[in-house]
Amino acid sequence: MAATALKEQLNGLVNSMFAEGLLDEQFQQLQMLQDGSNPGFVAEVVTLFCEDSERILADLTKLMDQAVVDYSKVDAYVHQLKGSSSSVGTQNVKLACIQFRQFCEENNQEGCMRALNVVKHEYYHLRSKFETMLQLENRIQAYETKQQN
Amino acid sequence: MENLSASSRTEAFPVGLRVLVVDDDPTWLKILEKMLRKCSYEVTTCGLARFALEMLRERKDHFDIVISDVNMPDMDGFKLLEHVGLEMDLPVIMMSIDGETSRVMKGVQHGACDYLLKPVRMKELKNIWQHVYRKKMQEVKEIEGHDINEDIQIRNEFEDFEDRHVLNGTDMNSMRKRKDVDNKEHADQEFTDPATVKKARVVWSVDLHQKFVNAVNQIGFDKVGPKKILDLMNVPGLTRENVASHLQKYRLYLSRLQKQNEGRNFGGNMQSDFSSKDVTANFDLHSSTQMQQNGASSKYIYTNQKIPAQVIVPDGCADDFKNVVSLQVMDSKQALLSDVSDSQKVNSVSQLGVLLSFKEMMPIVDMKPLEPAISRHQSWNGGIPVMQFMQYPKHNHKRCSLLEDYSCLPKPDQEHQVFADHVHTPPSVISVTCNTEDDMCSVSELKPVHTNQKSSHIKPISPVPFMTNPVSVQVDSGLSNTQDYSGLSNTQDFGATCGKDGSTNQKDHYNDQTCSGWIPPPLQLSLTNETDLVSLPEQLQLCSLQGIGCFENVGLNNMEIFQYNDSTSAIEVHGNWYDSLEFNCDYLYDSADYPIVDECLFA
Repeated sequence: MAATALKEQLNGLVNSMFAEGLLDEQFQQLQMLQDGSNPGFVAEVVTLFCEDSERILADLTKLMDQAVVDYSKVDAYVHQLKGSSSSVGTQNVKLACIQFRQFCEENNQEGCMRALNVVKHEYYHLRSKFETMLQLENRIQAYETKQQN
Repeated sequence: MENLSASSRTEAFPVGLRVLVVDDDPTWLKILEKMLRKCSYEVTTCGLARFALEMLRERKDHFDIVISDVNMPDMDGFKLLEHVGLEMDLPVIMMSIDGETSRVMKGVQHGACDYLLKPVRMKELKNIWQHVYRKKMQEVKEIEGHDINEDIQIRNEFEDFEDRHVLNGTDMNSMRKRKDVDNKEHADQEFTDPATVKKARVVWSVDLHQKFVNAVNQIGFDKVGPKKILDLMNVPGLTRENVASHLQKYRLYLSRLQKQNEGRNFGGNMQSDFSSKDVTANFDLHSSTQMQQNGASSKYIYTNQKIPAQVIVPDGCADDFKNVVSLQVMDSKQALLSDVSDSQKVNSVSQLGVLLSFKEMMPIVDMKPLEPAISRHQSWNGGIPVMQFMQYPKHNHKRCSLLEDYSCLPKPDQEHQVFADHVHTPPSVISVTCNTEDDMCSVSELKPVHTNQKSSHIKPISPVPFMTNPVSVQVDSGLSNTQDYSGLSNTQDFGATCGKDGSTNQKDHYNDQTCSGWIPPPLQLSLTNETDLVSLPEQLQLCSLQGIGCFENVGLNNMEIFQYNDSTSAIEVHGNWYDSLEFNCDYLYDSADYPIVDECLFA
């Protein structure tokens, strides 16, 4: 029954994420895509998203650190991140990106710096939840595999 | 599997629809793949637009539809869209997280058959087959000779098309199927089920495109009109609509190229050279032949069009070849490009092709319209032994001074020189063989065509451009058989074929097949003067002469002769070779080698 408890925990977590606005309908689509043939699908997507996002954030940080900021490049990266975030359905990150782009257009350095921080904050918050989620999933998987054997 | 028609698939359409997804975002790529698989489609994913284009080019009929993101780092999605439309005529769906009207409009204008907003939903993907189906229907209609505007089946679509047509014909044209059977199946296909009808769309093959380009150039780019082009092309079965839509795409493509060229430096790609106006010149390829170099990894497709073909070097391609200038001749369909990797070997043979961007090479900026080799000669002096294509540089062999024309040609001893003169041989077109060597000096001289080949690689040496056409490369008969030089020299008129005889410096690359030259594909060394050449063959065997004298040093020290009389062109080369292609390709010869030649050649 440990598995059941774990599942409940997982569901509770995901639901709370939905409630908080961390995740939206797109994430549900991902969940629906997962099936027997590919049980780790959501986990794979989430992992990919995290890797990609962190790469983009690192690049963004570098760009913003420069003496003269190239806003068009910054904007391009933020756009990428926005696209990425839409893939897993993370609302908060996406909204933060939209804000960020606004500042970019205005070439507002301070605004951009703040926006970058907001994006990071949202992302890391999401990431920690994702990590918990994945851990739970792994454990459930482990249980189920054990049960099958 | 080429051209899989639904009938060849065991299940009913749209099951098994072959989709190519292009997106730089790995997360989306994964998700889309999964979604499309769920729709029972056959999915191929690609993270780079360049790779996608390559894939599409290689396996033209392997895909039914392309879905691409708009914002990609290596290539703009709209550009990709254009290319696909021009070259492959597949339906393309654009995607983006950005749903601004202006962007969507731009997508449609560039020919996208749909524009999806991210996050994309399953239900949207489920329906993409309709675009494929629609195209097929249009094709069928055209085959049947129905007026597209009266299409009853997809009336809505057509209405839209018409509207758009008013605004911007591009989309309309691209939507229209040019299905006239041209290169594809004809109307003998079943019409009962459009889905099973094999596409009879007009495929703008290299040949066809070459004709098109020729016609355009003949008329004058500014004065072209579909009707005129159609008349000039004189291709049965081709309709005005086909031409019109192709022209539209072509224009778009060129204008984009021009813009790019402005920003590009030449070293990178020859494109700049080929601005539309110039491009034409470069491709005087006559027939498109695909030169497959033996062993050469690259494939050259030469279109022999006489016309100053435009070198259509797709952006993507161009960039890809920094080293290799691959002029996409005429049509992106022609994929030429030998990889330069073999440049080393190729040394000997400079690729006639247009070496566009060899890294070392100077951009062949001279890829101007190729004039008949004759005129080239002059340029030869440039130091690019155009004739030489064959890299001969190294060979000391006596060059074939056989050329009758070149009375002045020095004896075989003179390497290099031979070429220059030889080149003049009447038809001779000098194919410049640029060695891929780093040494290649700017091949400005190269007149030869620029076959796309990378001269460097061409393994089979074909440095000799055989341009069968008069202009083409020369090698008309100049065989240089080092060993037999003496004998040969007097022989008939060999065109200047010598590759660089003199250039001993050349690397000995020639020795092997790698004569990079560019041997016109079919050219098998068919020397016109067979008699003389008799001896050559053996020697040449090394080079897989594609027609062009290989310069292998097989036995010959200087092998250079290539005579390929144009007449005989023994080579099949005819035509392809760039008729007037200038080889501006950089010769990759060892620069050292060439200089000598120049002098001699131009008496």
